Amino acid sequence: MNFPILSTLIFLPLLSSIFIFLSKDKTNNLSSIYISLFSSTATFFLSLFLWYSLDLTSSDFQFVEEKNWINNFIKFKLGVDGISILFIVLTTFITPICIISCLNSVKVRVKEFLIAILILETFMIGVFCSLDLVIFYLFFEAGLIPMFLIIGVWGGPKRVYSAFKFFLFTLLGSVLMLVAIIVIYWLTGTTDITQIYEIKIPKEYQNILWLAFLSSFAVKMPMWPVHTWLPDAHVEAPTAGSVILAAILLKMAGYGFLRFSIPMFPFASEYFTPLIYTLSIIAIIYTSLVALMQDDMKKLIAYSSVAHMGYVTLGIFTMTKQGIEGSIYQMISHGLISAALFLCVGVVYDRLHSRMISTYGGLLNYIPKYSFLFIVFALAALGLPGTSGFLGEFLVLTGAFQKSYLAAIFATFGVVLGAAYMLWLTKRVIFGSVSNSEIRNLNDINKLEILMLVSLAFFIIFFGFYPSPLMETFSVSVNSLINNYETALISN
Amino acid sequence: MIFNLNILLPEIFLSLSIFSILMIGVFLKNSFNLVFNLTSLIIIITASIILSSSNNEEKIFSESFTRDGFSNYFKILILLSSLFVLNSSKDFIIDNKLDKFEYPIIILLSILGMFFMVSANDLILFYLGLELQSLSLYILASIDRDNLRSTESGIKYFVLSALSSGLLLYGCSLLYGFTGSTNFESIANQLNKDNTGAVFAMVFILVGLAFKVSAVPFHMWTPDVYEGAPTSITSYFAVVPKVAGLALLIKFMFIPFSNILLEWQTIIIFISIASMILGAIAAMVQKNFKRLLAYSSIGHIGYALAGVATGAISGYQSAIVYISIYVIMNIGAFSCLYLLKKDGEYKENISDLSGISKKHPLLAISLLIILFSLAGVPPLGGFFAKFYVFVAVLEKEMYALAIIGLLTTVMSAFYYLKIIKTIYFDDSLITFEPNKNRIAQISIFTSCTILITFFLYPSILNNLVNTLFTN
Repeated sequence: MNFPILSTLIFLPLLSSIFIFLSKDKTNNLSSIYISLFSSTATFFLSLFLWYSLDLTSSDFQFVEEKNWINNFIKFKLGVDGISILFIVLTTFITPICIISCLNSVKVRVKEFLIAILILETFMIGVFCSLDLVIFYLFFEAGLIPMFLIIGVWGGPKRVYSAFKFFLFTLLGSVLMLVAIIVIYWLTGTTDITQIYEIKIPKEYQNILWLAFLSSFAVKMPMWPVHTWLPDAHVEAPTAGSVILAAILLKMAGYGFLRFSIPMFPFASEYFTPLIYTLSIIAIIYTSLVALMQDDMKKLIAYSSVAHMGYVTLGIFTMTKQGIEGSIYQMISHGLISAALFLCVGVVYDRLHSRMISTYGGLLNYIPKYSFLFIVFALAALGLPGTSGFLGEFLVLTGAFQKSYLAAIFATFGVVLGAAYMLWLTKRVIFGSVSNSEIRNLNDINKLEILMLVSLAFFIIFFGFYPSPLMETFSVSVNSLINNYETALISN
Repeated sequence: MIFNLNILLPEIFLSLSIFSILMIGVFLKNSFNLVFNLTSLIIIITASIILSSSNNEEKIFSESFTRDGFSNYFKILILLSSLFVLNSSKDFIIDNKLDKFEYPIIILLSILGMFFMVSANDLILFYLGLELQSLSLYILASIDRDNLRSTESGIKYFVLSALSSGLLLYGCSLLYGFTGSTNFESIANQLNKDNTGAVFAMVFILVGLAFKVSAVPFHMWTPDVYEGAPTSITSYFAVVPKVAGLALLIKFMFIPFSNILLEWQTIIIFISIASMILGAIAAMVQKNFKRLLAYSSIGHIGYALAGVATGAISGYQSAIVYISIYVIMNIGAFSCLYLLKKDGEYKENISDLSGISKKHPLLAISLLIILFSLAGVPPLGGFFAKFYVFVAVLEKEMYALAIIGLLTTVMSAFYYLKIIKTIYFDDSLITFEPNKNRIAQISIFTSCTILITFFLYPSILNNLVNTLFTN
């Protein structure tokens, strides 16, 4: 019996949140902060160790843990492969940053906030580790509770509306997935996905089940036209909430496509590819145009997230090696870049309590360190070569050109639009004339903020120049994904 | 003829103790406390008698009374939930001057009635048990007799319930007329699809039972009675009679009507869908917490009935698991109401809960857990209850029922979220008195612990319930 490293990884944050709950500091919450920082960094290093010890030459699931859970029915099964490990590391990397960021921005009920973040981390790691549909659903949905509270308790003025919209949209999308999961159980007699891959779901059921899964993933992704909850949730959530939402929660759906929709329903995935192309292109073009028109920084970044996720769906369903690898790369890099951008907005929001673009302008002369980092992240978001944002989009477009010229051409327009809104945002916020006298008195970023932003900037640039650590991690798994998909299509 | 009275031991013990404590109550002055404590003791002893008895099926009195795993499970559930409901409401009873010694005795009488209901294997015994239970409940609903609303709710309940009992009795007599027997097994042997009269009888019986579990369209009394009756009574109404009613529904479907399942199923599906939808929609606009819980209980009965509607053993099992978790959640929810005391008055409006997360963080987080569990969000206990039901429903390929059920889950999540919003997002208005009602706190704690830790071993209830249908 090996050491259950994945369970440890999942339940370590939960355990530490219990400690925080029981800790008794009333005045300055120091012990809660230390416990949460310590446990989240420990989780991060544990996940790094996991990444290090993963056998990258094999596409099988590793560190598999299996335990009887519901008798003769569902096993509590965990495991990782080259794709999921990256998302786990992303989660454990972003969480400590969120905790650091809340030291500046969260003033009330700090203890509860830390508990919510840690519980959320447990559920997010659980999503990426689970090898059973029911366990996946459990973690996928459970994340709604802490996120609902994070938006609702610590959010902005319209927080109630946004929290409700977020919760109900996501729940509505997921219930159909639950029906599909149970139907799969009755069709195949198991919910263990490695067994479902072997058994293969009958062709006539695939389309309807695929759509049920899509209803959940499309909301979570979010894809046009069910993306409307995202800008609201982002705008109202506190900084740490926006960061987690953009960096990790949105990736669950992309991961879900790769892990569930494509391998389980290859025929349906092929059948619905044009639909996904259409929705992705609309997402890329339309939401980029909407982003151009925003005067709220968070809303602009939120719409840009929808556009970037459009590349992800487009890339996944090209079913080419470049497309899928580009999508995964894009998800990881978007996780870092959007997190950094939301943190940047949070930094100035903490000082001036405004997210409006018009409040700012001419920051460069007064807070130069901040302005420099902001420009780096903005350039990364528009996909400048040398940043991680470039490679993802480039690979996705390469994949798309192999399959559909039309889709690829439209998607390329999106890149131009992306450059437009990001550059315009930078121009209005960082450069230009000083519109607000308070800007002259702004303090530049402090050490904690430098720590957060520079560590993100480092990885964004590092992976921009040297992508192979990521590429090598998922390349074997992606190859086997595509092989299985193609053999499934040929076999019939 | 020699009867093995051991089979009847819990009922005999319960009746004798009721008479003895009635005497104590009559002859001793100010005996509420004594009678109350004795009642708890009696409940515990009865439960231990049942626990020590065997689960093998045995019948007595011309096969009119059955003792088996099924009836034992429900009796234990009834006893335990009554114990929690009764004890956590003790302070409330005293504060509201309801501390008459008859109160616990009537509760015991209704328990006795439910014992006969779940053990009945004969129409006559079943009806007698039902009436004993109903009569006790009429009195309980109007026990606060100086209060206009309590009296009104008692009368309302009495009139409507008497009507439904009449319909039920008419159904029973029709059934006897068309099958020539009152015994469940012989009825089952006599019935077939061509026996139109029996199908008629079935409809009447179903109306009566649906009334008892307050399923739509026979739910009209529920909100008014829940709101009007004192909270301690409401919590009893919301939990215990529902368990007995559902047990009867399952039993009727399992034994006497097993041959006309299809006819019976159609009606149950309709009732189930109607209950789920009405429960979800009507609860959205409620301002009174008790009234909201009334509508939410209508919705929950809808889910349990969805399990029953499958007409398969796995479905019945899922319904039993569902009602068990429902009981746990509702005991927790009502116990929270006993802690909302301000200036000697118990608050029951949702707006009174606003901002309690700041001043009463533990109460707030308990309510949070219970409400999310009621909404069926994983990983809490309420999710597994719904999950098992839908697994059973989809096994029978009743896709429409499952999808409607899950969509109403989303609708009902809305009003649970509204309460959570009041608790966590709004500013605080009221500081409640520090409450020393330890037993209510223990109930809340137990219920929350079960709901949170349920995911560690989610098949615990299933394993128990699986054994009930082996014979």
